Amino acid sequence: MKKTYLFVGFLFLIMIHVGMQLQSPVVFKEKLSDYGFFEGNIADQKPISGVVPYQLNAPLFSDGAHKLRFIQLPVNQQVPYNPDTVFQFPKGTAIIKTFYYKKDERADKKGRQLIETRVLLHEATGWIALPYIWNEAQTDAFLEITGGTTQVAWRDVHGAKKTLQYAIPNMNQCKGCHERNGVMSPIGTSARQLNGDFKYANGFDNQLFRWQKMQLLTALPAAKTIPKLVHYEDGTARLDDRARAYLDIHCAHCHHKTGAAQTSGLFLDWQTQDSTALGFYKTPVAAGRGSGNRLFDIVPRKPNESILLYRMESLDPGEMMPELGRQVQHQEGIKLIKAWIEAM
Amino acid sequence: MKKSLCCIALGIMYGTLAIAQPEIEKRIQTQLILAENGSTIDLPEGVIHLTKSLSMDGKKNITIKGKGLNQTMLSFKGQIMGAEGLKITNSQQIILENFTIQDSKGDLIKTMHVTGITFRRVKAEWTGKPSPKNGGYAFYPVQCEQVVLDSCTAIGASDAGIYVGQSKHIVVKNCTAYNNVAGIEIENSLYADVHNNVVTGNTGGILVFDLPDLVQKRGGYTRVFNNLIKENNHPNFAPKGNIVAKVPEGTGILILATNQVEIFENLILDNKTVGTGIISYFMTENKFKDKDYYPYPTGIYIHDNQFERKPKRAPLTSTIGKIFTFKLKYGKNVPHIIYDGIVDKNTLDANGRVKLENKICIRQNKNQSIGNMDAENDFKKPTRDAPQFDCALERLKMPVH
Repeated sequence: MKKTYLFVGFLFLIMIHVGMQLQSPVVFKEKLSDYGFFEGNIADQKPISGVVPYQLNAPLFSDGAHKLRFIQLPVNQQVPYNPDTVFQFPKGTAIIKTFYYKKDERADKKGRQLIETRVLLHEATGWIALPYIWNEAQTDAFLEITGGTTQVAWRDVHGAKKTLQYAIPNMNQCKGCHERNGVMSPIGTSARQLNGDFKYANGFDNQLFRWQKMQLLTALPAAKTIPKLVHYEDGTARLDDRARAYLDIHCAHCHHKTGAAQTSGLFLDWQTQDSTALGFYKTPVAAGRGSGNRLFDIVPRKPNESILLYRMESLDPGEMMPELGRQVQHQEGIKLIKAWIEAM
Repeated sequence: MKKSLCCIALGIMYGTLAIAQPEIEKRIQTQLILAENGSTIDLPEGVIHLTKSLSMDGKKNITIKGKGLNQTMLSFKGQIMGAEGLKITNSQQIILENFTIQDSKGDLIKTMHVTGITFRRVKAEWTGKPSPKNGGYAFYPVQCEQVVLDSCTAIGASDAGIYVGQSKHIVVKNCTAYNNVAGIEIENSLYADVHNNVVTGNTGGILVFDLPDLVQKRGGYTRVFNNLIKENNHPNFAPKGNIVAKVPEGTGILILATNQVEIFENLILDNKTVGTGIISYFMTENKFKDKDYYPYPTGIYIHDNQFERKPKRAPLTSTIGKIFTFKLKYGKNVPHIIYDGIVDKNTLDANGRVKLENKICIRQNKNQSIGNMDAENDFKKPTRDAPQFDCALERLKMPVH
């Protein structure tokens, strides 16, 4: 049995290996450690100089996983600022994102389980996304182009035991979200998402201005002109700003004029002003049973008649939104969108 | 080299052990990711149980081929992830053939941004009884060009069995669609030929729709000919909110707000509510604000079809059925062809008559009968077999596909 497995395994590898060489001039690295992004014990995720950690103002909910984000620009190269879209990073840029669960949300010292690290590489031919899955020993992560699932278990903030078959997307699914007009693109690295403070080794600093000091970012304008998303869980922010930030990061990677859900005519990015495109009294186009027998995407003041909320609440793969990367309800998100629709 | 192989071996072995993903599913997905342009992916024989969507992106000249409809069956009954069975995106010249695909949680086969997509001898179905719990579309090419469906079968879709949306240059031929809400639907699409299909037992047989608020606005130049459109009397089981949920049971062909449509040489038999309907978007009672949207059907030519229907009241399950019975008093003698009578004033000439190119022309159909509902004036002055429809339009010519 074991022998067959080995054999099949080997065949497989050869196939993958050969396939990749044919597919692309780039031979993908098999292990995360092959890149040398981190120093010391790789599970500590301590970046080498030039690999810059960052965070987003309004991050995507991914079944409660925590994320570590890093970016590496080619030596002596910069990216120009722009207010509207993801920064247009030079070829050779790498974006690294590690997903993990704390073993106990109440006690960091109990440690964490690293699940996957996604590496976005800006190659000569464009961006590619490669999923690396961490081994149980947490000594490295290995390329798995078809993704996979990993069992995770943790205790939540109330101490309750939680388990999940965490799903890791395959390469195509990566692109399913990371797509603009059919071309792979990063999602989070925009001015509005990066315009916030990060705790660096030597204290807090605004990320954009830090990047400017590090000579990674050029053409940065005055601080007050830079757009900024609020964190959707920030109770001090305006409800409308919180809801729009939430929709921007959770929906607009597809629900955008140039995204994979452009066919729906529902555009939930932060800049959309047209009320129909935003879902107000908009009939669904290809929702199928995702409509939940509701007539419109958003019915003001009536969250329970709004398809948007139905699909956020659903756990059925044929109905739920986002389509990928979520297996449990995002309670905080549901509460927020409900309150937003109620207050319309 | 040896070393690197070893390393991958470790990686993959780890993968196989730690990841509960059936080997075959992984193998097919790997093939779809790594396929070289110009290659053929052979799907194995047997029932293949899949738990996640399969997907392919950014390929050219690929054939995905099964061993036959009853030999290769992709079953998504146990699907836990993904909104469709098979998804193909951003590709060119793709052929899918000789397999059956079943029971996905969402749509069965979705293709988007593919130029040259051919489905040949593919059966896409939800097994079991038609149910609102079934996915929306069995075949779902959207924003594609050069779409061909040939000898395919679609069963059980809670929206449309064969749905072509926001696409250009389309042929749907020799296909069979039954037990769907809509058998075949061409939506916001240009240059579609729908012919030699058998469309029975759906709620609505063949729909040609133009809807507002979509990226590709104006569809049309569609021909529907030589089809058998029979007994599409299935109770509507579409989840509410979807436009097809408004299609009355017993609809043969329905043209909604589409322009330049030619319907000819079809057999349109025993559809209880309407053989062929021609309506504007106003009949949906949905509001719209899309300034670029044109809600009227114009330039419609219906000729040389054969209509049959036993004299019977239209079912009262739909609004239109109620209007037929209570407002228009059709009783058992419901006209085969129904027009809502809502006219775009901009299409009138100096004498107040619709210009020829915008007309609804109906002639030389066997058992022809035409009801103009006069919906514009709250159904006050409906007409039957009015002479205004007796005209001919220039035959549509299809660009070479």
